Amino acid sequence: MSRLLDVNDLRVSFKTYGGEVKAVRGVDFHIQQGEVLAIVGESGCGKSVTAQSIMGLLPKKVSRIKSGSVTFNGKELLGLSKKQMQKLKGSEIGLISQDPMTSLNPTMRIGSQIAETIKKHTNYSRSKIHDRTIELLDLVGIPNPEKRYRQYPHELSGGMRQRVLIAMALSCEPKLLIADEPTTALDVTIQAQILDLLKDIQVRLGTSIMIITHDLGVVAEVAQRVAVMYAGVIVESGDVEEIFETPKHPYTWGLLKSVPRYEKGKHEKERLVPIEGSPPDLFAPPAGCPFAARCDYAMEICIDQMPDPIKTSETHQARCWLNDTRAPNANDFVAAGGNDV
Amino acid sequence: MSDALVEVQQVKKYFNVGKNQSLKAVDDISFFIKKGETFGLVGESGSGKSTLGRTIVGLHQATDGRIVYNGRDTNHVKGKEARDLNRTMQMIFQDPEASLNPRMRVMDIIAEGIDAHDLLKGKKRKERVFQLLEKVGLSAEHAKRYPHEFSGGQRQRIGIARALAVEPDFIVADEPISALDVSIQAQIVNLMEDLKEEEGLTYLFIAHDLGMVKHISDRIGVMYLGNLMELTDSDSLFDEPLHPYTQALLSAIPVPNPKEASERERIMLEGDLPSPISPPSGCRFRTRCPHAMDVCREIVPEWREAKENHWVACHLYTNEGGETNEKTDL
Repeated sequence: MSRLLDVNDLRVSFKTYGGEVKAVRGVDFHIQQGEVLAIVGESGCGKSVTAQSIMGLLPKKVSRIKSGSVTFNGKELLGLSKKQMQKLKGSEIGLISQDPMTSLNPTMRIGSQIAETIKKHTNYSRSKIHDRTIELLDLVGIPNPEKRYRQYPHELSGGMRQRVLIAMALSCEPKLLIADEPTTALDVTIQAQILDLLKDIQVRLGTSIMIITHDLGVVAEVAQRVAVMYAGVIVESGDVEEIFETPKHPYTWGLLKSVPRYEKGKHEKERLVPIEGSPPDLFAPPAGCPFAARCDYAMEICIDQMPDPIKTSETHQARCWLNDTRAPNANDFVAAGGNDV
Repeated sequence: MSDALVEVQQVKKYFNVGKNQSLKAVDDISFFIKKGETFGLVGESGSGKSTLGRTIVGLHQATDGRIVYNGRDTNHVKGKEARDLNRTMQMIFQDPEASLNPRMRVMDIIAEGIDAHDLLKGKKRKERVFQLLEKVGLSAEHAKRYPHEFSGGQRQRIGIARALAVEPDFIVADEPISALDVSIQAQIVNLMEDLKEEEGLTYLFIAHDLGMVKHISDRIGVMYLGNLMELTDSDSLFDEPLHPYTQALLSAIPVPNPKEASERERIMLEGDLPSPISPPSGCRFRTRCPHAMDVCREIVPEWREAKENHWVACHLYTNEGGETNEKTDL
């Protein structure tokens, strides 16, 4: 498989009255053709900023990409002109945002909004654009597409609106779909429908998907590979089974332990294990590992020095000193996922 | 019911939406909450769970029906008794950003209830606030600050301290953790569990996150479009959900385990929630129900005890739908 998207050492800062916020501090990852990559992390960890940098959607006045490169299909994206980027957006990269209400124009009919995108990127005739729009509405599972074509966003439910956005993003058969928290605003039963639709799109159209979420359940549901972000860096990445079954970073352990697990027939109550404290201030990020202050296993070196990604398998890597070959004593409880040995 | 702290009896809450139409947010709901338990209320947005919570604490006036608190009908209390009732029932809100006055110091936010009920003054009031701050995991020095100086989790702690300030017996927590990050959610849930032990509280915990509700609740009620669909203890609800809606809801929760996620069969619900202004006739869930029968269109299913302490409103468990019972073995 070839790499569709390659992000290297991406660093993004924001200018504020309080100083410079280092939102993304050296992020590396890639997406292969036809694969679903999930980026998980809590609010403020830089996951959305990463997506916005790829799409060239960062607010120009206050943000700066300090360094890094983003290659899409062999082409460098950072530094493209607005026009070039616009051509690429829509036709090769599609975006689905979190809030379907604010991303649709309330004064335009659904059909015209989708048709607009197609018109912009193709030279189809009017009737062909119409047919394609109906086809797309049908593809994303909107019943009665001819009727929906003529409706306004307020006439649709949240789940339907999200489907319209997906239809729009798919209108020019993009190679990559970036979905920023696509189901966060939806109810569970609707979320299940949308996740199914995304999986279906990946299988049927072979589209690569980069999904950004804070919900580990969503990750397990759709992703093949996972990158866990914390305080502007990817602290762990690997195949979805590796992340859930043999996580190597204490932050991932913490995340997995703070959601209640349910097994049928198991009735005794276990206390949740939260991660104490809160994420570091990104005005002045710590010199060492950003998680050290909340980490139960922090050593002296963690406070002074940021570890490089340490490979624990062909696909799996973690930025944690516990995995360093010079910390042999830690091996046992890293293997046990941070539980008592 | 002798051990019931709160009894909700045939409560209805309709909102007037003009054109002689009404939105039936809560439509004829009856249940009770036992003293010392955590009662979970789940449902999708628009199911009426928040309206019900607000009606119980008296933020909404019920259109019909009674709420009996500790043996007293809340509709017929006046004067000092009514004030006392207000004190014993408190609420924790979803969005700690919006529910704390940004222009008040934490000290005054927390003491608001103390002042309103004229409980403590001067030095004693101050000491009480310090003590509350420590109880919820903050410290006395935070009292001088303003809400914007805190993170989401800390703000929710302030909201909890405010609710505790007047020594309530019963707290309605309306989505107290849904605005928080996963790692912080667990902190707040643990705090609420500790406080319940220490203060002998009773909770009504409203949320849409079934996993958390299951974790914290003793019994759970499932709401759909203003009606209760099923009510039982939390283990039975998860082990043996009877109502098709509950079954679908449970199967829709994404599980943080890729193997399980790929193996399990999901009950996919078609379509969306119908409008609560003109809900479907008969059973309100019938338009999306995979087991819908003719009878569901005509008759509203009776709220009945299908098994011991396991209440459900569904024709599959009444005599009319008797022959289809085997279909629900999942």
